[in-house]
Amino acid sequence: IASSALAKPQMCGLLDKRLLFHIVGAIIVSLGVAAFYKFAEAEPRKKAYADFYRNYDSIKDFEEMRKAGIFQRAK
Amino acid sequence: MFFRTAWSLVLRKGGLGIRGIHSPGDTAPSKGKMPPYTNYHAQRSYPMPDEPFCTELNAEQQALKEKEKGSWTQLSHAEKVALYRLQFHETFAEMNHRSNEWKTVMGCVFFFCGFTALLIWWQRVYVFPKKPLTLTDEWKSQQLQRILDMKGNPVQGLASQWDYEKKEWKK
Repeated sequence: IASSALAKPQMCGLLDKRLLFHIVGAIIVSLGVAAFYKFAEAEPRKKAYADFYRNYDSIKDFEEMRKAGIFQRAK
Repeated sequence: MFFRTAWSLVLRKGGLGIRGIHSPGDTAPSKGKMPPYTNYHAQRSYPMPDEPFCTELNAEQQALKEKEKGSWTQLSHAEKVALYRLQFHETFAEMNHRSNEWKTVMGCVFFFCGFTALLIWWQRVYVFPKKPLTLTDEWKSQQLQRILDMKGNPVQGLASQWDYEKKEWKK
């Protein structure tokens, strides 16, 4: 049972307000997710590959595999 | 609030309408129908049901309904509340109030998950056949050794975690 008057609620512009909030939020969230992914996953992966192949000797690698006995024709 | 308590006292004594006192959350079937076969159902997404809550009115309630046909300024506050209660089972606040049902639901879910786990354990011991050859530990270790010899995923994957000089997993 209300005995005091309530404040007048917002009457217009409800959709505009909601849209603005959600558009701005969506832009921020998507940019944030993309940036997070780039710096948490993509850059370390590129670095890992670069480090692996910088001093990679493929002949030595092949010889190790051959000695381990996995090939059928190159024993 | 004073009028509400007064009115609920009147209801208690007078037994107005077919329905007695309901705590929020009860469904009240109309006369002749067994629960839950009532056409009255209000929920947050569909708050205006097709029929009113009380369909059989006693004399006093009918008089009130007649009075409702006139100007509403004549109705006292208690009468307005009574009319509301005739039309609707609960107020929005009562209808939407939260409950502790989720605790019961989650408890039952977890209980039955645990029970299922016991059943599956029993199955493992008494029902399942012997493991195939390729799932024995010996075979699996030989398989892993072969993958490491082939250097599977040497950049970031499995072989990158293996130390080939010390023949053990990297720390």
